[in-house]
Amino acid sequence: MSAHSRTRRRATLTATAAACVLAVTLAGCSGTTKNDTKNDTKEAASSAKADPNAPLKKGLKIAFLPKQINNPYEKIVDDAGIGAVKEFGGSGKEVGPSDAKASSQVSYINTLIQQRQDAILIAANDPNAVCGPLKQAMKQDIKVVAYDSDTAKDCRQLFINQASSEEIGRSQVQHLAKQLDYKGEIAILSATQNATNQNTWIGFMKDELKKPEYKDLKLVKVAYGDDDDQKSFQETQGLLKAYPKLKGIISPTTVGIAAASRYISDSSYKGKVVINGLGTPNQMRKYVKDGTVEQFSLWDPKKLGYLGSYAAAALASGQITGAEGEKFKAGDLGEYTIGKDGEVILGPPTVFDKNNIDDFDF
Amino acid sequence: MNTLVKYLRWDTVVGVLLIAVFLAGSGTTEGFSDTANLSAALDDTAEIALIALPMTLLVVAGQVDLSVASMLGLSSALAGSLWEAGWAFETIVPLCLLVGALGGLLNGWLVTRVGLPSLAVTIGTLTLYRGLASVVLGDKAVADFPETYSQWATYTQTVPGTFIPYPVALFGVLAVITAVVLHCTAFGRSLYAIGAQEDAAYFAGIRVKRIKLVLFVLAGFVASFAGIVFTLRYGSARADNGVGLELVVIASVLLGGVDFDGGRGTLGGAVAGVLLIGLLNNLLTLNDVSNEIQVIVTGLLLVASVLTPRVVAAVSERRHRRAATASA
Repeated sequence: MSAHSRTRRRATLTATAAACVLAVTLAGCSGTTKNDTKNDTKEAASSAKADPNAPLKKGLKIAFLPKQINNPYEKIVDDAGIGAVKEFGGSGKEVGPSDAKASSQVSYINTLIQQRQDAILIAANDPNAVCGPLKQAMKQDIKVVAYDSDTAKDCRQLFINQASSEEIGRSQVQHLAKQLDYKGEIAILSATQNATNQNTWIGFMKDELKKPEYKDLKLVKVAYGDDDDQKSFQETQGLLKAYPKLKGIISPTTVGIAAASRYISDSSYKGKVVINGLGTPNQMRKYVKDGTVEQFSLWDPKKLGYLGSYAAAALASGQITGAEGEKFKAGDLGEYTIGKDGEVILGPPTVFDKNNIDDFDF
Repeated sequence: MNTLVKYLRWDTVVGVLLIAVFLAGSGTTEGFSDTANLSAALDDTAEIALIALPMTLLVVAGQVDLSVASMLGLSSALAGSLWEAGWAFETIVPLCLLVGALGGLLNGWLVTRVGLPSLAVTIGTLTLYRGLASVVLGDKAVADFPETYSQWATYTQTVPGTFIPYPVALFGVLAVITAVVLHCTAFGRSLYAIGAQEDAAYFAGIRVKRIKLVLFVLAGFVASFAGIVFTLRYGSARADNGVGLELVVIASVLLGGVDFDGGRGTLGGAVAGVLLIGLLNNLLTLNDVSNEIQVIVTGLLLVASVLTPRVVAAVSERRHRRAATASA
């Protein structure tokens, strides 16, 4: 028995040693590192010429792929987009995963390619994880338009931006600072850690806070509610426990701001902690009326979806190719010009408060 | 009747279902049987399929490893941060595999030496490995892996002459090896013995602890390899890669008729289970069936997979008893 186990042990030792030698040898070999591979995979520029006078094609198949399908905000955007597709005689639909995971969107892109859609509109959960299949789609002449949350720049033709990211980020700090008289501890309640749009805005918020007028305003924490109502609610609770001197919360996500307001409205913090951020009027109406929230802002999501559909149709009809400076008509919204890196900006965000909130229903 | 019941094993049923789904899909849905679609659909199951192999061995031996998806994430995060730090990819891969094996060793050590149940141990390490992944890479995403590597994992490059992407081809080879080991070797038989009656297996001279340890190391190793595949396939190394994947893996294995109590099941069944979930989801997505309904369909199949063999067994047992009383 003992002799037997000794041989076993020796065999294990030998194997381990062999594995180590192998690993070291492999490590010693001069392998490929990040510095060796300069990206030389530039796609040949599309030779297609834009024809601004081309009519919108009839019967275009356009699909919306939101971050997740049961997100009320995305539903509004996509429904308005599908409505716009009907205006120009195409067929639109919304498909997508029920979780906002980076990888969940990929299989949907693959099936949309198989269904031979004319254009895919995508709000990316991860700018890179969706890139491979989107490039595959563009190779097969399916137009790709990112909206709400961008993909990497070479994986789509256009990005429909709600408002300039800089304007959104900075204005949120400006609004909250004014409400707090420029002093006190504040926190941010975001969506997922990797949401492209959230992180861009937070970047501008932090930059804005560096200005001298905010020297008494201190950002203590960025929390993540994962765009999940329950988690956002708990994160709010956690923030207020962990930072008893907290004076304000910016939640630049519709799920987060509603959950935070729900928590504050039923707690002793009501009237003491200021909530601001991005929300929809219908979700926030109650909290504006009961005094929990004074104001919040958002662009009109219906216009975002509407603009996205017309941009996709203009691409698919050959009116534009996605190059800077090209112009296209977006139905009732009028004419838009494509900016740098294929970006189209919808317009400045709207501020909602008790004076105007009843004018909006979404 | 008895012969019918004998052949009506659940793993055979899953195999038949798989063929039925494929045929129904090709007949009704445009684009389903296109090689491009099949490549993409198969590639989508690559990580699940790979991890399902050691998971089948574990479940047959009455164990489970819930930490595999977290190990996948840790491996992905490690690969991302080392790549960003300028390490060679050829060094990163063996290092990640080593970390995976060590993670598996920790699981196995806690189960066999400390004597804790695998469910409890791996719930703990599920959180631990995911936490380590967040420490390693934070909330960053590393994305600039070169095409030369990512092509190996994506469906756009397949084994020449076929529509099989490389990770799936590798899975095929490993599946055959695993099947031979499980069904044709003494080692395989000892897994069934451990799963059925651990004490009896021990007293029959089977080195129960050693074998369990090996299985956990194997699971960690394969999970970390799946982490590399995942990273290259999506071109994105992140700490939260593959969150929740462990449940899909276990669901696929159980769907394939492997008994969660251990001691029963075949590798063919488990593979059929993986492919069935993958193809069914692809088919439903192509037909614009919403994600919620897909989840319900998978859930119903799972319940059926747990229930049907028991119902069949109960029915045949009652018939036996009735036959026995009638003859008496």
